[in-house]
Amino acid sequence: MQYFVQQLINGLTLGSIYGLIAIGYTMVYGIIGMINFAHGDIFMVGAFTALIVFLILGALFYSVPVVIALLVMMIVAMLLTSLYNWTIEKVAYRPLRGSFRLAPLITAIGMSIALSNFVQVTQGPRNKPIPPMVSQVYNINGVSVSLKQIIIVIVTALLLVVFWYLVNRTSLGRAQRACEQDRKMAALLGIDVDRTISITFIMGASLAAVAGTLFLMYYGVVAFSDGFVPGVKAFTAAVLGGIGSLPGAVLGGLLIGFIESMWSAYFSIDYKDVAAFSILAIVLIFLPSGILGRPEVEKV
Amino acid sequence: MAVTVSRESDSVATPTQRALKEAFYAGAIALGLFVLFIGLKTGQNMSNELVLTQRWGLLAAVVIATAVGRFLYVAYGQPFMANQKIANVATGLLPASVGSRFFTLPAFIVAVVAAVLLFLFNSSLAGWVGAEPAGYLQFLRALAVIYLLACVIYYFRAFIHANFTKLGITALVLYPILVVAVLSLNAWSIAGGLQGSLKWVDNFGIQILIYVMLAWGLNIVVGLAGLLDLGYVAFYALGAYAYALLATQYGLSFWILLPAAGCMAALWGVLLGFPVLRLRGDYLAIVTLAFGEIIRLVLINWREVTNGSAGISGIPKVSFFGLMTFNVSDPNYIAKVLHIATSSAYYKIFLYYLILGLCLLTAFVTIRLRRLPVGRAWEALREDEIACRSLGINTTTTKLTAFATGAMFGGFAGSFFAARQGFVSPESFVFLESAIILAIVVLGGMGSLVGIAVAAMVMIGGTEALRELDFLKQIFGPDFTPELYRMLLFGMAMVIVMLWKPRGFVGSREPTAFLKERRAVSSSFTKEGHG
Amino acid sequence: MNATTQMNDAILQVDHLSMKFGGLVAIGDLSFTARRGEITALIGPNGAGKTTVFNCITGFYKPSEGMITLNRADGSTYLLERLPNHEIPARAKVARTFQNIRLFSGMTLLENLLVAQHNKLMKASGYTVLGLFGFSGYRKASAESMELARHWLEKADLVDRADDPAGDLPYGAQRRLEIARAMCTGPELLCLDEPAAGLNPKESAALNDLLMDIKHNTGTSILLIEHDMSVVMQISDHVVVLEYGRKISDGNPQSVRTDPRVIAAYLGVDDEEVETVLTEVGDEDVIEQLDIGPDAAHGPGTSSSYLAGPVTDTVGHSDGERVTVSKGASKAAQVDARANSPRKPSERATAKPTGKSSTAKPRGGRK
Repeated sequence: MQYFVQQLINGLTLGSIYGLIAIGYTMVYGIIGMINFAHGDIFMVGAFTALIVFLILGALFYSVPVVIALLVMMIVAMLLTSLYNWTIEKVAYRPLRGSFRLAPLITAIGMSIALSNFVQVTQGPRNKPIPPMVSQVYNINGVSVSLKQIIIVIVTALLLVVFWYLVNRTSLGRAQRACEQDRKMAALLGIDVDRTISITFIMGASLAAVAGTLFLMYYGVVAFSDGFVPGVKAFTAAVLGGIGSLPGAVLGGLLIGFIESMWSAYFSIDYKDVAAFSILAIVLIFLPSGILGRPEVEKV
Repeated sequence: MAVTVSRESDSVATPTQRALKEAFYAGAIALGLFVLFIGLKTGQNMSNELVLTQRWGLLAAVVIATAVGRFLYVAYGQPFMANQKIANVATGLLPASVGSRFFTLPAFIVAVVAAVLLFLFNSSLAGWVGAEPAGYLQFLRALAVIYLLACVIYYFRAFIHANFTKLGITALVLYPILVVAVLSLNAWSIAGGLQGSLKWVDNFGIQILIYVMLAWGLNIVVGLAGLLDLGYVAFYALGAYAYALLATQYGLSFWILLPAAGCMAALWGVLLGFPVLRLRGDYLAIVTLAFGEIIRLVLINWREVTNGSAGISGIPKVSFFGLMTFNVSDPNYIAKVLHIATSSAYYKIFLYYLILGLCLLTAFVTIRLRRLPVGRAWEALREDEIACRSLGINTTTTKLTAFATGAMFGGFAGSFFAARQGFVSPESFVFLESAIILAIVVLGGMGSLVGIAVAAMVMIGGTEALRELDFLKQIFGPDFTPELYRMLLFGMAMVIVMLWKPRGFVGSREPTAFLKERRAVSSSFTKEGHG
Repeated sequence: MNATTQMNDAILQVDHLSMKFGGLVAIGDLSFTARRGEITALIGPNGAGKTTVFNCITGFYKPSEGMITLNRADGSTYLLERLPNHEIPARAKVARTFQNIRLFSGMTLLENLLVAQHNKLMKASGYTVLGLFGFSGYRKASAESMELARHWLEKADLVDRADDPAGDLPYGAQRRLEIARAMCTGPELLCLDEPAAGLNPKESAALNDLLMDIKHNTGTSILLIEHDMSVVMQISDHVVVLEYGRKISDGNPQSVRTDPRVIAAYLGVDDEEVETVLTEVGDEDVIEQLDIGPDAAHGPGTSSSYLAGPVTDTVGHSDGERVTVSKGASKAAQVDARANSPRKPSERATAKPTGKSSTAKPRGGRK
């Protein structure tokens, strides 16, 4: 039982990170109907930015309180990563809007390749380890919970609340949902569609940057190629939850996190990704639009 | 980097003012993007701790370059391109195209003379000016040759366009012979020519043709049937491992295993296809991606069979239909049978023709299938699945055949790959490969065999060519490794080509039947499928 | 309209068909018959469920209840609701067109027609294997299919554009091409979903000619949904009228045309105009009723727009049940209700122009 709860907590931590990235996928998909393949690398850029900010803080100040360091890392990462995603949207996706559906997919893959290799070229191909930032571990009834995990879950929950508020209670969110439904009509009603889409990319990138910072804090290491696997997992999570659905993305992220931690704990760690992908395939066979996705009605 | 900053052009501002403003914005964005990544570098110190090195000079250079590039583009590039589209009022003609201004007769003559001189006095010039500038001279020579080739292509473009397929196949068939001949002349010996041809035949020829074959295979699934497959590399891996395992374990010949590997991949295509083909669009894409990853992860983790990440080595070479082999120790080694000098180039040249044959087979089958009901049904499926069903077409089996056929060619290419490398490992079958193959299909123009072949040549040949730019070390210092920039440039090229031609190089579609005359269908009518 | 021959030469028989989407009843207990060699028109106002009937017949929807029987000329019978989607055209020989044209727009006209002959050519090509090696049997079949395609292109007056992409055609020509494509499957029943929608009068006339040509020269029966009354009245032999998923009238064009309930439902007249219309068509019920005086429930000012949803009036029926009709929903129900209210039900039943009272009596419309 304790072991199970332990795995549940590990899964929750992992799932939170996946969920944060998955929101970026699902939002972009919802609003412009494309898979933003570069989103995984946006996450990696976020983690790398946090890493560099961490090193700058270390070089400039003798010691910085962990909370402030984390906060600064997160904010800088959010800003710069948003700038990246904003630029990518402007350069690579906007000119192709309304054209051939696969064209932005290919530019997204191109951007993904370019981003990870850009980081490799400028920062070197090696893994970048940092000393552990937070190391407290609490033991509750034989279940060990680290402070890192608590931070991740709390930050995720807070962000989700803020995010939920933004999407459901503000005019910005309303504009986003309008663009999701019918971009042309939204434009006719005076919504600046380009701006709304840009903001969507910025929001997605901010969440990915936070996920990146938390990832760096949790694992204490990042490399230029670290965007791909979490990216694909988060994408899987978004599809599992029903792409286009925001609660679905979070649910999918948590599910993928649980599946991974449970599978590694009870079966084999080697095949944890295989399990996650297989469950995705099985779920989609029975629920072709994911768990919370709107079923696609075939209009004849 | 072309960064579109402001949408609305200020009507009051002059072009230069506008360009300055845009350049300023571009510079500011570049500064924001690069300040941490180029301005600082994370490196390890002696005690393996991360430290930052500062590179503000480089940052400044990059930011200024971006701003200047943007300025030039807005101030000169855009007006120039706009002017190209405006016809002269008096004559009603468009301005002379860039091509005819760039490829002129005097320049052509200069290039011929330069190329001939540089070829003739290659060695003496090298001794005369020293080793370092000789590198530049060789580069200059290469540029002259490229210019000459481009001139020829430009002036015969109508002829080339009309006979592209025939010319292309002839060029491909003659390619190794030409390479050996040119290099033999250059080195004044056939042995030297053969040795030198290795790189050109193997790295360029075979490498490109493998991608051509893979892309043509994927084209059946994506380009014709309109099903987005992001895990195509799985079938490539299955073919490669099928050959590698069966050949090393049971010593079966390539000529038996090639069809077997193809069939196995096709079978897997059907197995994958059955449950997932009712998924649509991006759901299908993610499941195929997942399938590709599952296959790769199984190859890594099923160590008893696949030897894990270490891969399988010692895969036997292909024999010349069992008559001759390419192993020096064998009694029927090709050089012994034919009484010629020993060289490893024979095998590469043989492999080149083998993959060329496989490519032509793929093309032949694709062209034939398009004219058969099944091929037409694939394209109809891409255009409108519901209409297909209303005409009595069983869409499930139609999709499955597309999947299986595409997978089969992937399997063929995989077993060829294993035979060529002599070694397979899961490293070769990552998602990036699927993405590259898909990119080639889309960049080429979905459904167009010629476009896809050209795209493969440009993208794969281009990145391979970047390995050849060693002379850049003389400019950027010995630490500069052009190979490192290969994938960065590859990714950027993907973006740029796609922005330039969203429908790919060949956007139009060739009809499969005609009553009076065959007219290409413009890309604005063809659809891309939802599955 | 002889009842015994009707059973024998019925090509399509729809019995008690119902289709529910969640709580919404799109079709409720619909029965009708389409006879061989005739043009049967299915008409009704927007949202009456006509296309849903089509989708049930052609297998795009599986009906919630009911039976759809197709009798082929060779005597074989198919229950369409049990056949998979693609087998309905392939085996039961039912072809269809779509309300919003579904052509293979990137393929040429000729290719569109060749795709329609898929199953035939597939067999001829030995399921691709023989065709791949260029066997002569396939080449012969291929040439034949080209001839058939040319034949239908000529009929549709599109042969000059055979090698153009279908997406390049003007709207009217696309409609004709879709019909030609459906005919290339060799159907016994051709279902046309609003073939005249968006056509100008000239194109509409050309369409009529094409349909009459199909009727006379191929033996294909036609079932069509149409809004254009000129098309319906000119070419159809038999008209079925739907409103809110129920049949309100069934008969030859002339009888349907004068059915007051059809006029009210189909033309969507305002409440106050219903009486005028009925007077014009000479409905005795109304004339008699007018003598009694205007109905207080339908005074001036009540509009019949869709927005007038929740206001309902309850009409007492003779057999004791109460039927609630939302005002502005079912026009036919209003006519029924009004005709019923002052008179005895037994008299009403005899006065009805259509026989089947159980299905014709609209129960409630939109609730």
